[in-house]
Formats: sequence, C-alpha cells, structure tokens
Amino acid sequence: MTNLELAKAANRVRKGIVSSVHSAKAGHPGGSLSAADIYTFLYFEEMNVDPKNPKDPDRDRFVLSKGHTAPGYYSTLANRGFFPVEDLLTLRKLGSYLQGHPDMKHIPGVDMSSGSLGQGISAAVGMALAGKMDKKDYRVYTLLGDGEIQEGQVWEASMFAGARNLDNLCVIVDNNGLQIDGRIEDVCSPYPIDQKFEAFNFHVMNVNAHDFDELRAAFTEARAQKGKPTAIIAHSVKGKGVSFMENNAGWHGKAPNDEEYAVAMADLDKIDAELEKAGEA
Amino acid sequence: MADVKKIATRESYGNALVEVGRDYPNLVVLDADLAGATKTSTFKKEFPDRHIDCGIAECNMVGIAAGLSTTGKIPFVSSFAMFAAGRAFEQVRNSVGYPHLNVKIGATHAGITVGEDGASHQCNEDLALMRTIPGMVVMCPSDDVEAKAAVRAAVEHEGPVYLRFGRSAVPVINDRPEYSFKIGKGEVLREGTDVTIVATGICVATALEAAEKLAADGVNAEVINICTIKPLDEELIIASAKKTGKVVTAEEHSVIGGLGSAVCDALCKSAPTPVCKIGMQDVFGESGSASALVQKYGLDGEGIYKQVKEFL
Repeated sequence: MTNLELAKAANRVRKGIVSSVHSAKAGHPGGSLSAADIYTFLYFEEMNVDPKNPKDPDRDRFVLSKGHTAPGYYSTLANRGFFPVEDLLTLRKLGSYLQGHPDMKHIPGVDMSSGSLGQGISAAVGMALAGKMDKKDYRVYTLLGDGEIQEGQVWEASMFAGARNLDNLCVIVDNNGLQIDGRIEDVCSPYPIDQKFEAFNFHVMNVNAHDFDELRAAFTEARAQKGKPTAIIAHSVKGKGVSFMENNAGWHGKAPNDEEYAVAMADLDKIDAELEKAGEA
Repeated sequence: MADVKKIATRESYGNALVEVGRDYPNLVVLDADLAGATKTSTFKKEFPDRHIDCGIAECNMVGIAAGLSTTGKIPFVSSFAMFAAGRAFEQVRNSVGYPHLNVKIGATHAGITVGEDGASHQCNEDLALMRTIPGMVVMCPSDDVEAKAAVRAAVEHEGPVYLRFGRSAVPVINDRPEYSFKIGKGEVLREGTDVTIVATGICVATALEAAEKLAADGVNAEVINICTIKPLDEELIIASAKKTGKVVTAEEHSVIGGLGSAVCDALCKSAPTPVCKIGMQDVFGESGSASALVQKYGLDGEGIYKQVKEFL
C-alpha cells in the first residue's frame, strides 16, 4: 500500500477506536490512537495474515502485550476484514465477543489472549521459539506499552529472546510517554529504553510511530536481522489524531461523552478530507 | 513397610515424560534451572532439542509455554510447586487458564516433604490456588504408578492440567494388574462402614496404614484415593459419606482450599456430613527431615489414626 492508502486506513482505524470506546462508555482510547499507525502498518502491509484463514499455521503472529489498547487492535482487525466493522460498537457490552481485553477464544484474528501487562511478550517469545523449533519462517510481532515495560516479566522474556537469538521476534514499544499516573519518567522511568533492549542482545531502532516511511524501513531492517531479535522503539503521541486527547494522560482509560465524541469525529473527518485532497494533488 | 518399593513421584514424572514423549513428538518440556531436582533432566537426556531451560524466571516460562501451545505443542512446565503455582499464579491464570491453553504444569517438591529447605519452599497452597482456575484439571498422584498414569492422562486431555509431585520417596501402592487411571475417577482402596478417609498424594499410603490400626481397634474405615482434586469424583465421595456418616480428609496441604475443602464443597450440597480435615492446620512448615515433618504435622499413619480416633 502507498503511504496515502495506509494513512487513510489508519484514519478508519482511529474512527473505529473513537466510535467503539464511545459506544462502550469505557475503554482505552489514548494508547489505541498512539498505536493506530503501527497496527495499520502491521496488518495492512507487514504481516502475512489472511482474514479468511485466521488460524493458518504458517501465518505471522501478533500478540498485543499492552492488551488494554484492544480498541485499536479490534478496529484494525475489523477494517482488515477479520470481522464486521459494525461489531466494534458492541465493544465491552454483555454478550459481545469483543471483550474489554483481547480474547483469543472468541475473536477471529487474535493470536493470544492478553491484558495483564508483561505477559504478552512471553507468549510471543514462545511462538517465536516454536517457529525456530519447527523450522518455520513465520514472524512474531508483539506490541508493548512504555509503561508496561516497568513489569519485570518483560525483561525475563527479553533476556530469553536475546539469549536464544530469536531473530523471528519483533518487539515494538509504543513510546507515547504517558501512563495512567502521569509521565513515565515521573512515575518510574524506564529510560533509556533502547539501551536496555540493546543490553539484552536486541537489534534496536528508534522510529517515529506516525511516519510510514520510517515504519517501513524499520520493519524491513528487522526482517533482515540475523541472530538477534529486534526492538522498535516507536515514538508516538498518546491520543494521536484527536485534538483534545493528544498528549493527555487523562485519556488513557476514559471514554468520550457525546459532545467529545462529536469533536473527535470532526477531527478525524478533517484528517480524512486532508488525505482526500492530498490524493487529488 | 520396609519391604515395599519406594520412589519419589518426581522421579516417576521424569520417567513418564520420556515414555510419553516418545509417543508425542510435539511434547516439549520447560524448566527454570531446576531440571536436576524436578527430574526433567531425564527427559533432557533423551530429547535435548525438546527441553527448554528458561533460567530462573518462572513467570516468563509459563508465558513461553502458553505461546508454544498455540502452535500445537504440548508443553510441560516444571518447577517447584511454590514457584509454578505460587509465584507464577497469575501467569497460569491469565496466560494459560483464561485462554484454556493446552499447557501442563508439572510441579514438584510440593508440601512439607520438601524437608530441610523449610517453609519458604514447602508449598501447602498450590492445590487451593489451582482449583480456583476455571477449566483447570488438578491432580495429586499418590505413587509411582499413579504419577506415570497421570502424566499420560494429562497429555491425552486437551486443556490445562496441574500435576503435583513430591520430593521424597513414597511407597508404591497401586502396582496391581487391574489398575487403571481416569481423570476425575477416585478409587476405593479399602472398603469400610464406620468412617470414610478421603486421601490424596502421600497421605493415601498413610491413610491405609491408619485404617489398619483402626481395624485393630474395631473401627472399619473406608479409604478413598483421590488423585484428581478437580474435577472431583463427587459421586464416589457422596456415596461413601452416606454409607459411613463420617468423613476424614487427609492431604499434605493446607486444610484451607485443598482436598478437604473440595470434599466439603461436594458434601454440603447433597450429603451434609461431619468432616475432619487433616492437613496443615493454617500454619507454615519448617526445616527438618521429611519423615520427621510428616510425623510432627500428623500426616503419617499414626497421626491420621489418632486424629480419626479423636474425631469418632
């Protein structure tokens, strides 16, 4: 896909995030929006997946270790064709398969249940290890929050992945700089993130999480990496795309009310219009 | 019981992994730097490529097993019960139990028969913890024969299983031609009419000893071996309780949440019966030899005998 097509897809993903969280009256829009371009690039460009055959044993895998940003994940999967986009409005409602956090038993395309921070990366490491043991060439991607990496299990998993040279593993850290209680460096600084992963034998890249050229280059470089897992530190803006949510920790886990929803959708409509115009130019 | 063959169920576990591993090429074993103690080293010797030492990181090990299982492998995760069920409880609950993945947890060194290492390593809470996870099968074999059968049954069962093994050698009590094993099936090892002793793990052998002593006093005890704590053979226990009218449970585990609680849960529904729970009475263990500890905490034949007498 061209960058313009990816940007349009990402904006659809963002609309799905805002609509589903508004409909649920709960959920995590901030970290879903910051990761929307990453989700989009992974599912529309990078990963070998087939919505018609979501359990293909040779598919690439994705584990959302920061499981609370399920609205972004679900919106991406829906827009990619794994399930109907209309279902996003059932998010978090009683009887819906779209649980508050990813549920692999019921959601097409979800490779691992997650939500308890720090656990997803270990499962991703297990999938990557299985790929090596079975001599398969699928790749495994896992998305972590920058607050999440305060969990010790993340480093247990990283130590193992580095020690085992799992070069089929790609860890992405959504570095939006904010967690529930505030700025990550004020709560309990995980910085320098890149050097920490380097110390665990990762090939590390810092990229702009909202620049598709940079994402493309980084994932291409990751695929070429031999003997080391990759960590992509994706510098992002929490709440990206919705004016009043950007860089505001208050929107980590809160749903917009009707008025705020209207403003948010207007912001995203404006981006749509700009993208249309860019396409005509 | 000097002439009875004795073997620790952790040994049985290691041997069973090799045997079953031959039949299931997708069976893999994970350990956390305790392969020598958990006896997964036996498997490692036979199948080095299918043994994964995760280092001292049990939480990550459980997560890795979860990931492996999504690709069709049957991972056995091994560590001491303290760490497999205790430290990694939430990983077992959320990464294995909630998605109902096909991960088997082979926990060794359970209970006070860990011995000299003391209370920090004597896990008397694992059955309680594992029982609470929906869909989890929980087994506590009583001897070598049952331990091996349980490992095979765990592999044949689709879904998460917790297996509890001990450090110290225990008498082989199930070595008979008609022996068969099925998850969820208890077994009456001795028929009686005066009291039912429901036992699990190492307490099955000592309950049988106690029953002999009781018989000498004219008390006819029924002894039921419960290997599968969950799903519990409620039918068998309720029928026996209705017959004898008095139930004693015996386990090398806290009396809170383990076999005793499971039996009470079953009885209170349809056959309310007085129950005496023998086990660790809401206390931590301590250092000492396994046999000295079993004696001190009343889990040997004499201890069970005395507690049953008191109860009756």
